[in-house]
Amino acid sequence: MNLLIQGAHILDPRNKRDEILDLFIKGGKISKIAKDIKTDGIEIFNGKKLYVIPGLIDLHSHFREPGHEGKETIHTGSEAAIRGGFVASVSMPNTDPPCDHQGVIDIIIRKAKEVPYHIFPSGTISKGRLGKELSEMADLKKAGIVAVTDDGDWVSDSLLMRRAMEYASMLDLIVMSHCEDKRLSAEGVMNEGYISTRLGLPGIPMASEEVAVSRDIELARLTGAKLHLCHISTGRAVELIRRAKEEGLAITAEVTPHHLSLNDEAVEGYNTHFKMNPPLRTKEDCLAVRKALREGVIDCIATDHAPHTAEDKMQEFDTAPFGVIGLETALPVALTELYHGEKWPLKDVVYRMSTRPAEILGLGPAFGGLKEGEEANLAIIDIEEEWRVTVKDFKSKSHNSCFLNQKLKGKILATICAGKLWR
Amino acid sequence: MSETKWTKKDLLGLRDLSKEEIELVLETAKSFRDISLRPIKKVPALRGKTVANLFFEPSTRTRISFELAAKRLSADTIHVAQSTSSVVKGETIKDTARNIEALKVEVVVMRHSSSGAPHRLAPQLAASVINAGDGINEHPTQALLDMFTVQEKKGKLKGVKITFVGDILHSRVTRSNIWGLTKMGAEVTVCGPKTLIPPHVERLGVRATTNLKEAVRNADVINLLRIQLERQKESFFPSIREYVTGYQINREILTHAKPDVMIMHPGPVNRGIEITSDIVDGPFSVILDQVTYGIAVRMAVLYLLSGSTHRVSDLEKGETE
Repeated sequence: MNLLIQGAHILDPRNKRDEILDLFIKGGKISKIAKDIKTDGIEIFNGKKLYVIPGLIDLHSHFREPGHEGKETIHTGSEAAIRGGFVASVSMPNTDPPCDHQGVIDIIIRKAKEVPYHIFPSGTISKGRLGKELSEMADLKKAGIVAVTDDGDWVSDSLLMRRAMEYASMLDLIVMSHCEDKRLSAEGVMNEGYISTRLGLPGIPMASEEVAVSRDIELARLTGAKLHLCHISTGRAVELIRRAKEEGLAITAEVTPHHLSLNDEAVEGYNTHFKMNPPLRTKEDCLAVRKALREGVIDCIATDHAPHTAEDKMQEFDTAPFGVIGLETALPVALTELYHGEKWPLKDVVYRMSTRPAEILGLGPAFGGLKEGEEANLAIIDIEEEWRVTVKDFKSKSHNSCFLNQKLKGKILATICAGKLWR
Repeated sequence: MSETKWTKKDLLGLRDLSKEEIELVLETAKSFRDISLRPIKKVPALRGKTVANLFFEPSTRTRISFELAAKRLSADTIHVAQSTSSVVKGETIKDTARNIEALKVEVVVMRHSSSGAPHRLAPQLAASVINAGDGINEHPTQALLDMFTVQEKKGKLKGVKITFVGDILHSRVTRSNIWGLTKMGAEVTVCGPKTLIPPHVERLGVRATTNLKEAVRNADVINLLRIQLERQKESFFPSIREYVTGYQINREILTHAKPDVMIMHPGPVNRGIEITSDIVDGPFSVILDQVTYGIAVRMAVLYLLSGSTHRVSDLEKGETE
């Protein structure tokens, strides 16, 4: 694919580029980034008033294949991701069968290549995600996983988690943890607090997350493993992470766009599009996780894109499954809330959604940055365009978004993933 | 008669009602109270209209109460009992209700084990929806009849000290009462073991205590909630025996309350557990009056929601068409 993006504002925090330049893509690779590039007969993309940023990287996407193709497939999820400006995802292993066998990993990698989209799969920590025995991580690593997680569940058996961390670290795999003491969560369906009392819904106490974060941090200390904490949602969890980082532990953390922008008051009305796990917490927690992302105590934004069919989400609040999609709205929400709303420098938003996740995964120069000679993985965005989120917008097979009908400011106009252009 | 008009299509909870709207229901209930004492207990207010009971949770008392209320207003009634299972998808509740609506009923009385179920359904139906209990959220007509009972017996609600004892956390009756009573100026106390008190409940404008003697001190009314035996397995309390020691209403405990304290209970009563038999059957219990007033209150609610054109004063006079 050959393309000349003319006159766009190139924003690349890693390579310290922040100016209007031309970007020339030849054969799917970034050929040249410079002023006034002259080309002959190459398609030109008018980049005036637009930004070119390194493609976004999501450390937490659920593609539901194999097993739950009614909600999403690798193809539809990848197209949704690309539409959202993403060029790579770590896929979550709570598929059916779960990713505890290399055959399942093979399917995922193969299907992703067909799009093409970059999926770096994660495998399970435990066999069958049952939390009892270690999965065959070495085998899974050979198949191509970059991380292990039992996401959806926490490994409540501390001895097993210790062993898993030791074993994973020897294979240089990141251990991603969904921090939730399910016993404490009990029958909770939203954050436990004043709002849950007001609405008459059973609550999930914040302690459920904090107890788990605490335990995982101590095991990281014990084992020296690389621990990545998924979807952090409470202020106190942030403080635990801050202290752990100050002590030099190899801990990273992510936060979702919905936890950066919404709080538990959104559940008023019992709309299941506001039911997710961890749940939307209080206003104070929302501010705390934002601040933490700004400071780097939380490293990056990850979507936890969790598709569910309309029928599933049409159920009553307490029986509907947890989860919202997020790949297509992540960057627009981040731009609306952080860049436009809190006046963050734009490069900080890009850093948290592209550069830093690439760093955490240890990806090469083609990811998280724009480098001449590397495969083109980038997004062309209009940071001023306002639009309203509607169901018909979504490329994802599912439409369970908590941002439906919201007006957002910032749109992805085109994505180039693995050298292929999507408009 | 207050000047307030009833404008809402549905009655989903007392959280959404204003003080004036609550007063309107209680006023209207007064007129219907007397109809139940007549030899012919029927007025034509809802003649030709249909009230459908849609109960996804079993109930005898509430169901019978609504049925009688509807029938005494000359409405036709149908009863649909469904069971909910966590495996069954949401379209069941939506489709069932839609089917009922296709039968062109005017009012749907709905009880469901999930909080918020009627709130999601009501906007999608042309019929008026009355919440007969949703999960642990609200049971507005029970609270309205409770308030009516207090008003009838004590003459007022403002300043009346009412204490709720029991499993507050899971009690939709208490929640609805809290919303209603605080709006009417009553002083509400909730009491139970710490494990069964909702977090931040004081922010709803009530006093919370785990000490029963404290809770009933100077109480004008004690409203008792049933304790569900299953809660013991979920570790909310260690045993019924211990629960009874701490939270049973008996003669000894009542010595700490006002001498003319009134005992209420939404029913059904667990004799010997949350309350002793002598108190249930004693002179301070208004538990059976609650049942009687319940019909009047539900008639008032049905009347107001159906936008009946019959003037309440005509009904009082006993005129029929």
